[in-house]
Amino acid sequence: MPRRDDLRAICVIGAGPIVIGQACEFDYAGSQALKVLRAEGYRTIVVNSNPATIMTDPGFADRTYLEPLDVEGVAGVLERERPDALLPTLGGQTALNLARSLSGEGILDDLGIELIGASLDAIVRAEDRQEFRDTMQAIGLRVPASTIVTSVDALPPGLSFPVILRPAFTLGGHGGGIARSADELATMLERALAESPVGQVLVEESLLGWDEFELEVIRDRVDNVVVVCSIENLDPMGVHTGDSVTVAPQMTLPDEAFQELRDAAAAVIRAVGVETGGSNVQFARSRETGEIRVIEMNPRVSRSSALASKATGYPIAKVAAKLAVGYTLDEIPNDLTRTTPASFEPTLDYVVVKAPRFAFEKFPGADHALGTQMKSVGEAMGIGRTFSEAFLKALRSRELGPGVPTPWATLDDVPVGVHPWFREQLDRARALLGSVRSLAELDDDVLLRLKREGWSDAEIGAALGESEQTIRLARWAAGVRPAYRRVDSCAAEVEAASNYLYSTWGEADEALPAGERPRVVVLGAGPNRIGQGIEFDYCCVHAARTFGELGYETVMVNCNPETVSTDYDTSDRLYFEPLGVEEVLEVCARELAGAPGGGVVIQFGGQTPLRLARAIEEAGFRILGTPFEAVDLAEDRERFGALCGEVGIAVPPWEMATGPVQAVEAADRIGYPVLVRPSYVLGGRDMRVCDDWEQVVSGVQAGARVLVDRYLEGALEIDVDALCDGEETYVAAVMQHVEEAGVHSGDSSCVLPPQSLTGEELHAIRETVRVLAPALGVVGLLNVQLALLEGRLYVLEANPRASRTVPFASKAIGVNLVEAACRLAHGERLADLSLPPEGTASGVSVKASVFPFARFPGCDPVLGPEMRSTGEVMASAADMATAFAKAERAAGRPLPTRGTAFLSVRDEDKPAACELGRRLSAVGFALRATTGTAYALASAGVPVERVRKVSEPGTGPTVVDLIRRGHCDLVVNSPAGLGARADGAQIRQAALVARVPCVTTLAGASACVEAIERAGSEVAVSLQERAARMTA
Amino acid sequence: MSARGYLVLEDGTVFPGRSVGAQGVALGEAVFTTGMSGYQEVATDPSFAEQLVAFTAPMVGNYGVAEQRGESDRAWARAVLMRRAGGDDWCGWLDARGVVALEEVDTRSLVTRLRDRGAMAAAAVADGTPVEEALALVRARPSMAGRALVASVSTPEPVELGEGDVHVAVLDYGCKRSIARRLAATGVRATLLPHDTPADEVLAVGADGVLLSNGPGDPAALPAEVEVVRELLGRTPILGICLGHQLLGLAAGLTTTKLPFGHRGANHPVLETETGRVLVTSQNHGFAVEQGAEGDARVTHLSLYDGTVEGLELPGERAHSVQFHPEAGPGPHDAWPILAGWVEELREAVVRA
Repeated sequence: MPRRDDLRAICVIGAGPIVIGQACEFDYAGSQALKVLRAEGYRTIVVNSNPATIMTDPGFADRTYLEPLDVEGVAGVLERERPDALLPTLGGQTALNLARSLSGEGILDDLGIELIGASLDAIVRAEDRQEFRDTMQAIGLRVPASTIVTSVDALPPGLSFPVILRPAFTLGGHGGGIARSADELATMLERALAESPVGQVLVEESLLGWDEFELEVIRDRVDNVVVVCSIENLDPMGVHTGDSVTVAPQMTLPDEAFQELRDAAAAVIRAVGVETGGSNVQFARSRETGEIRVIEMNPRVSRSSALASKATGYPIAKVAAKLAVGYTLDEIPNDLTRTTPASFEPTLDYVVVKAPRFAFEKFPGADHALGTQMKSVGEAMGIGRTFSEAFLKALRSRELGPGVPTPWATLDDVPVGVHPWFREQLDRARALLGSVRSLAELDDDVLLRLKREGWSDAEIGAALGESEQTIRLARWAAGVRPAYRRVDSCAAEVEAASNYLYSTWGEADEALPAGERPRVVVLGAGPNRIGQGIEFDYCCVHAARTFGELGYETVMVNCNPETVSTDYDTSDRLYFEPLGVEEVLEVCARELAGAPGGGVVIQFGGQTPLRLARAIEEAGFRILGTPFEAVDLAEDRERFGALCGEVGIAVPPWEMATGPVQAVEAADRIGYPVLVRPSYVLGGRDMRVCDDWEQVVSGVQAGARVLVDRYLEGALEIDVDALCDGEETYVAAVMQHVEEAGVHSGDSSCVLPPQSLTGEELHAIRETVRVLAPALGVVGLLNVQLALLEGRLYVLEANPRASRTVPFASKAIGVNLVEAACRLAHGERLADLSLPPEGTASGVSVKASVFPFARFPGCDPVLGPEMRSTGEVMASAADMATAFAKAERAAGRPLPTRGTAFLSVRDEDKPAACELGRRLSAVGFALRATTGTAYALASAGVPVERVRKVSEPGTGPTVVDLIRRGHCDLVVNSPAGLGARADGAQIRQAALVARVPCVTTLAGASACVEAIERAGSEVAVSLQERAARMTA
Repeated sequence: MSARGYLVLEDGTVFPGRSVGAQGVALGEAVFTTGMSGYQEVATDPSFAEQLVAFTAPMVGNYGVAEQRGESDRAWARAVLMRRAGGDDWCGWLDARGVVALEEVDTRSLVTRLRDRGAMAAAAVADGTPVEEALALVRARPSMAGRALVASVSTPEPVELGEGDVHVAVLDYGCKRSIARRLAATGVRATLLPHDTPADEVLAVGADGVLLSNGPGDPAALPAEVEVVRELLGRTPILGICLGHQLLGLAAGLTTTKLPFGHRGANHPVLETETGRVLVTSQNHGFAVEQGAEGDARVTHLSLYDGTVEGLELPGERAHSVQFHPEAGPGPHDAWPILAGWVEELREAVVRA
């Protein structure tokens, strides 16, 4: 059947900010779908609050709205644009829930908008626990025995523990868990009920220890069903699939058992009634009895479907979008083979393993145990010809820092309950490595066998007490080099045009690059982690596109299956490989050796490629744009300090120190408070503010080399993204942080243009960057963080690479900064780029961060120098107050406009708190405060009710009780010294659980109050319209 | 400890491997299958007689072996070629059945070779025989084209299988157990007949319909079998599967041809021409009914992969057939209803009569 001609305009909803359980896989899905829909001639409208997405780039849709993904935000866009259809199955749970609300509130009917992809009925049948259970029972499939509970009192008697709690309609099982006793259940149920937007929690039979499988299924409108991929979880039931190591295709089921799952999956998608699109069906299977249970079904593109797409080369989102507009599976060609249809189920001649990436080090105090609630922040995928090869690649692709706490830290940490087959494979790999004792024993044959098993040069080196370099040289001398094979979805049965490659060993190489054009190797950012997320993938995708336009053959190296960069049509060739020195040098050798004019691009993948830069240059490959020298100059604090001194740029007083004693001596000279951190840092890892020598001592390990610098308390922090061609500098974006210096720049809200800088200050900032960029030798992008304190400007750090703010800045100023940087790296001059004058922006744009604190109970949700946000949103408006209010809404923290505000601040914040209190009171808020703050407010003549802290004796409810009971609408709580910290932490935790906006800095609170006072409501304006205004 | 072994193709290409099965030299046609599960079913499928089977699935043998998964009571594939043998039980099973098994073979390159050059004669060597010697043996072998192999795999005597209200005679050209199982599951009593049973004797069994089974080799080399099918046409309902489908096509006056490298796997989409529906099918065939001169035969199914004929119907003759394997085993169950539907038609006819 041909495409539907009765539709003209289609709106796609994105997934919003990156949060745990919903990451860049939905940008991958959304951007694929938009490409398809535009190619089919539809007018496309996209709504997504996340600026770091490719799908929200102006070229990807006819109308792009960076609006909050709430009913109000999306309804506003729909009213303006009046699309014929809404496609909600590509934006994760967020989009699905929105579609449900928009439909439920009658908005879609009123506007005459059709839901395509999945009907409301299908969504409800899949998502509503009771309906799903009934639907499954009707087709003879079993679901775990369970009860749906809507209040704590409604628990049925006679439960057998453990039981699993699954709140309805939450992301990644958020708010769920395993309860092993009635007491545990009571506590967890309260939380779970609060987390579920519909106050519904499933308490179900625990299938702990059962094996877990997922099938990715697609159905078209004439009821054809294909299974794209099977995925087997190594961690058995009880661990969220997002946190589980998974393998595709499934490895341990005989055909008859697998076909039983296949039949069940097809029956599920038919019964739920997803008519045009993909679904993910999860099964538990008893290893002993073979019984199966259907765990859940997502009637949409999911994290697993992104993984399945990358694992097989089958573009599920693209096919789903085509099905949604009327095509059938036999009509859609397979992009990789070009000769087979989308109904040809992929068959794999390799194994894929996904390993989750955790960030427990960021959340001290949080429970590290894995359960039904997802905790990982990203994932890496390894492809190999055997399980162990894929597994070892996936494990090392995680790029763990030394000593970082994580499940499955080494091969030996095999979780309990892993299927014995996997254990055997790992034992075999381990035994092989263990059988070699010295370099002398490493003959060519043994070396090849080790490589075929999946061991890296570094791992072999570590086992033999040799360096990675030694092993590599021995390997090269033996002529043992990787072979590259295609991912083609058909196991070579059909000659495929696929450009999607992975390495293996001891086999024939295929697909040797043949083009005449110069080549550029773009190094990606690896798995998402806190501090290095989708922003860098966004940059890499643009880099590939731009270099392609500049006439290069583009080569992408990355190992993150969620991303757009690992879509096979983002670059001319995709190498799905770990971003290690070994793998990257091999790709460079293959692609660049003997091919003149090209090089490696390292400035777009965050810190990951920078860490490889030295080895790349030493191996004789050219780095395009900013060279390693500039990276080293910026990151080596001593060299950087010296450079700043030479060119007359002020930096906070600093010293390098080794070990706690030296660190304290340095701190004494510099003056407290000081900031202590390791010299190479990412996302503020291990960075801490120390108020006295004891804190310094407790924060520095013996022998550790640390940087101690003055902590500029109360300073205004500024982020700058600039372009430099080596001589001239274009200060593209000056962003003012809402929170003061000391809150990590990745966690702070920021505003562009800056709202409280004088013309002179702005000029000084620009001139400082103009001096610094060429002095460092930047050719491309430079990010500088500066602080203004008492009229003095300091440079805090400079990063000669694309920063986290590049997508936000690009969208706010209407300039594609990555494209510009690539042109500079290519050799163009700034003057060639016809950039708009510095400081051009339409309206005010605010970036706000989102935090995963709710996932990590026990961890204090307070902002500090260690970055902990997972993602960000952007909102624009004519004024700061409106943009800020909208950004907070987009971040899922809508500001109250009336009600009760609770204040509890440390002493130095009390004057500011009084001012805030006065203003809140003036707009009608009732105020409550703990003793000290209440006294200060009352003394200032602000009406306030005193509430006792938990640690204060007395009767009546404590502040924590009030917050829990929903008697507070806004919490302002700044952390004080250690004694009060316990109270403060309890207040903040309570606010987190009760979903009350909780502001932990006075600067942030001030922005909130201003937004409460003055935010207006504005018609949503698309990026395209804003761009037209800027050029007008 | 396993010894070095290798596969040598007719064109002289050598693929080294490690022997993990029986010792010896296995001669046959090198083919590949793309199914990701069901290795034991493949090895025991009589249609793989005189073939050396390469698995594109990278790890084979992971879940061991089980008696009930056999498609016959022995192994028919002469050798299996794997990138990695995934378990000891599987290797031991192969060894015990005299199947040469090689792992650490660059199967993807082998597949590419067979895809580009066509299926060819080969030797899997696991006893130290030198390449030149093995190659000489390979080159002395006749091609699969023109090979009549059903005699070696068919039942020598009639065999009664199962209980049910519908009686089906199965002409056994190498019938898989899955066919018998599916028949039994739909309430069929089956009589398995030797491949060379004359038409009158087939009819004398008194069955409600005749199933022409799958089997190995070139259908064009089976003129006697084709003649029997021709004599049966119109006298009893007929369903052909795989080789049975090809024989029905030949009986209807169509021709068959050798495919370059065949269809072997569990992911082949087939279009049901009447409904526009797509079936994901299990396939295992090296020959196909030629398209173009169908005459009285109507093409009911087409491969969405290469457009070859996947199903036929002879409207006036109560006969139809499919090239793929509706019984699956291994592979998806999408086409189960074809067998069940045929049995239901027979049942209705019985009730009417």
